Amino acid sequence: MEFFKIRRVIPFMRYALAFNIISIATFIAAVAFIAIRGLNFSIEFTGGTLMEVSYAQAANVESIRTTLAGAGFKAEVQNFGSSRDVLVRMPIEKDQSTAMLSQRVEALLRAVDKSAEVRRIEFVGPQIGEELAEYGALALLVTALGIVAYLALRFEWKFGLAAIIANLHDVIIIIGFFAAFQWEFSLPVLAAVLAILGYSVNESVVVFDRVRENFRKQRRASVTEIIDGAITANISRTIITHGSTQIMALTMLMFGGPALYYFALALTIGILFGIYSSVFVASPLLMWLRVSRAQFVRERKSRRDENEGAVV
Amino acid sequence: MNRFPVWKYALIGLCILVAFVYTIPNFFGESPAVQVSSIKATLKVDSALLEKVEGALKAAGITTTGVLLDPNSVRVRLADTDAQLKAKDIIDKTVNPDAGNPSYIVALNLLSASPSWLTAIGALPMYLGLDLRGGVHFLLQVDMEGAVTKRLESIAGDLRTLLREKRIRHGGIQREGQTLRMRFRDAAERDQARAQILAGFPDLALVERDDGQSAQLVATLKPQALKRTQEYALKQNITTLHNRINELGVAEPIIQQQGADRVVVQLPGVQDTAKAKDILGRTASLEVRMVDEEKMNAENLARAKAGEVPFGTEYFVERNGAPLLVKKQVVLTGDRLTDAQPGFDPQTNEPAVHLTLDGPGARIFRDVTRENVGKRMAILLIEKGKAEVITAPVIRGEIGGGRVQISGAMTTTEANDIALLLRAGSLAAPMEIVEERTVGPSLGRDNIDKGFNATRWGFFAIVAFMSAYYLLFGVISSVALACNLLFLIALLSLLQATLTLPGIAAIALTLGMAIDANVLINERIREEMRGGSTPQAAIAAGYERAWGTILDSNLTTLIAGIALLIFGQGAVRGFAVVHCLGIMTSMFSAVTVSRGIVNLVYGHRRRVAKISIGNTAWK
Repeated sequence: MEFFKIRRVIPFMRYALAFNIISIATFIAAVAFIAIRGLNFSIEFTGGTLMEVSYAQAANVESIRTTLAGAGFKAEVQNFGSSRDVLVRMPIEKDQSTAMLSQRVEALLRAVDKSAEVRRIEFVGPQIGEELAEYGALALLVTALGIVAYLALRFEWKFGLAAIIANLHDVIIIIGFFAAFQWEFSLPVLAAVLAILGYSVNESVVVFDRVRENFRKQRRASVTEIIDGAITANISRTIITHGSTQIMALTMLMFGGPALYYFALALTIGILFGIYSSVFVASPLLMWLRVSRAQFVRERKSRRDENEGAVV
Repeated sequence: MNRFPVWKYALIGLCILVAFVYTIPNFFGESPAVQVSSIKATLKVDSALLEKVEGALKAAGITTTGVLLDPNSVRVRLADTDAQLKAKDIIDKTVNPDAGNPSYIVALNLLSASPSWLTAIGALPMYLGLDLRGGVHFLLQVDMEGAVTKRLESIAGDLRTLLREKRIRHGGIQREGQTLRMRFRDAAERDQARAQILAGFPDLALVERDDGQSAQLVATLKPQALKRTQEYALKQNITTLHNRINELGVAEPIIQQQGADRVVVQLPGVQDTAKAKDILGRTASLEVRMVDEEKMNAENLARAKAGEVPFGTEYFVERNGAPLLVKKQVVLTGDRLTDAQPGFDPQTNEPAVHLTLDGPGARIFRDVTRENVGKRMAILLIEKGKAEVITAPVIRGEIGGGRVQISGAMTTTEANDIALLLRAGSLAAPMEIVEERTVGPSLGRDNIDKGFNATRWGFFAIVAFMSAYYLLFGVISSVALACNLLFLIALLSLLQATLTLPGIAAIALTLGMAIDANVLINERIREEMRGGSTPQAAIAAGYERAWGTILDSNLTTLIAGIALLIFGQGAVRGFAVVHCLGIMTSMFSAVTVSRGIVNLVYGHRRRVAKISIGNTAWK
């Protein structure tokens, strides 16, 4: 079986401008959504109390809401996963003793419907939330710098820069989706976003590897031709690998249950945009940064010098 | 060109075998068990206890499926949960004849049902996180300012004693925030005091102040002493939490320091969060202070009630409603307690708590009672930052020997609780729950099922696709992927890293990403074939050329994984651990294991006309 029988080099770089305009448009839309709607942070970031309550029959969300409001709680109630499960979210209140809060809510719900079973309680204090957000941002920064540094070392700084711009743009787009649809942005989603950052750089690396190889092999070809050749040679592999990873993300989305839902969703979007950006955004950037053969030739020389030094 | 030396095949085979052995325990599941461990440091768990437990169970007619002795506990494995509950009661009665003063914790637990030879070589099932097995997780923040305040209060007491002993007159020692202010009549006395304090309290930094009326010294804790105080407070709190949780009877509690001022408490299997929170959060400690009888006149009491408490005293209301003015100065704290037992007052038959003081405590108590015969002493219980006078008896005579009894309008339950809290020790600094996570056992089960379902279906889908697309090479890639899963689970079991739901997600994701390496290799081989290479040369070149790319791409993914590991907390860390391990196992399995199989299949044939990797002849 063979899906892609590409006999000629596809001139991807001819459409570089078009790809980048699409990218920039999506990127601006994502930033706009983040700025205007903001993210729907989970209680891990905002602090507060969350309870997952399971009922024997379909839960009456409205009555739960009125019960809690009647007792003076500021609570947000919604179905979770199935009609029998509800999530109750309560913000941090100054005069609400957090330690006893969950117990009081449990007692209230039990009084209305005996079948109410608390499956999960999460309470996060305000200081923890701030820290998590801080550490998340720090992790993002360190990952980005680490990748640039690695690529600069392994290839050249232009490769590192092109890859990281392309992939940070993925990250922004994933976050943009979460802002646009007000999906819950939780810790596992953050983990997914960072994993995607590492993963889609992957893709750029594979193309860059080919670019470097072709620079050495095809001495007469122009930079554009070399990049086009590298992408064409890899396109089949790109689609198959991402397809496999996408299969995993989709099975998680379908079978993983509500706890993994947003995590899988972030992965799904990330993988889709990852393919696009690392091929169609990173490579044109590389071209515009004027990557040249001379840099690799020089690199080779210096490497040999080092080896000689090591022998002596 | 495509042959491995025999040792390489042997090594790959050995790796797979070892991984298989360490993966097996995960398939045996767990059986109910009862765990007996010692509360007291002096009581060791030994074979005598083991025999005692076995004998008791035999006498009661309960058959066990195995009794184990490890350095810290005796574990009895049972056939079902009914037998488990019965066995727990019987063992509890046998090892703790005095229910009021237990020596052992008897807790329900789950034990791996894998054969003992596996356990003997350290092959254990993966360690499941609380979100998978159910339980309670608390993150407690220690109030470090509180710890310093407490330390300063106690130093103030010591300073008073020092100045009295050296006969240096002072106009009062007071704590103001994180400093102590001492007043003296003149500079000469201050200098004298200063010399004595510097000699006796190396932890204090002193600054001289004058406000015109009196010479003053302001003492603060030196930075090292401050740090030591905080470290000590944290350690003390952890010890206290240990003691309290022991009283709860949890099978495998985790109590760990996190960062500079936090403590993580994980109680697997505990469902009664209310009780757990109550026990953890209660900060009972004891203080003995003198009642300020000079200032305790009707006028002062009335003013104190309105909020104007006379200098150096605190206003309390006794349980019988009588108001009291108690000196702020602490004579004795709960730190000096060695034991507290509930009981009854032999004369009045009221519920009481019997306290035993340590050497220095007994001496202080004797001195104080001797010097203050006829005066009143207040015994205060401090809980959740609020002090309460339990009793304020008149001292009838000197009390030596360090045995003290407190009684006064309390119930038997209260006496029991107070004794327990005092026995478990006081917290060196107040703590606050900043994060709580409770997961019911049914949700944990669901999480495991869903997580593994997702992984299973994803895995099968990938295997089906690879086998159809790359034929034999796809099958080989799938075997390599299965080996990757095997290695990953074996590694997780071996390291006993905590597996959480995000961890299961990471397993799935890692599998999805790991196939990338094989796709790269297979595509490269196809390309080489199209370029006109012979099959053998194509295989060799394919693996060789793909390796550089695989390394690069995995390392960039690993960078992200490590950043997550370093900065991640909770859910993110659980994900990162598995993710990083998975990247490393995938590099080995996708390249070395799959190459080994390919070499076995093709490398030893003399002529290979065609390889089964799908159609490559279209060019």
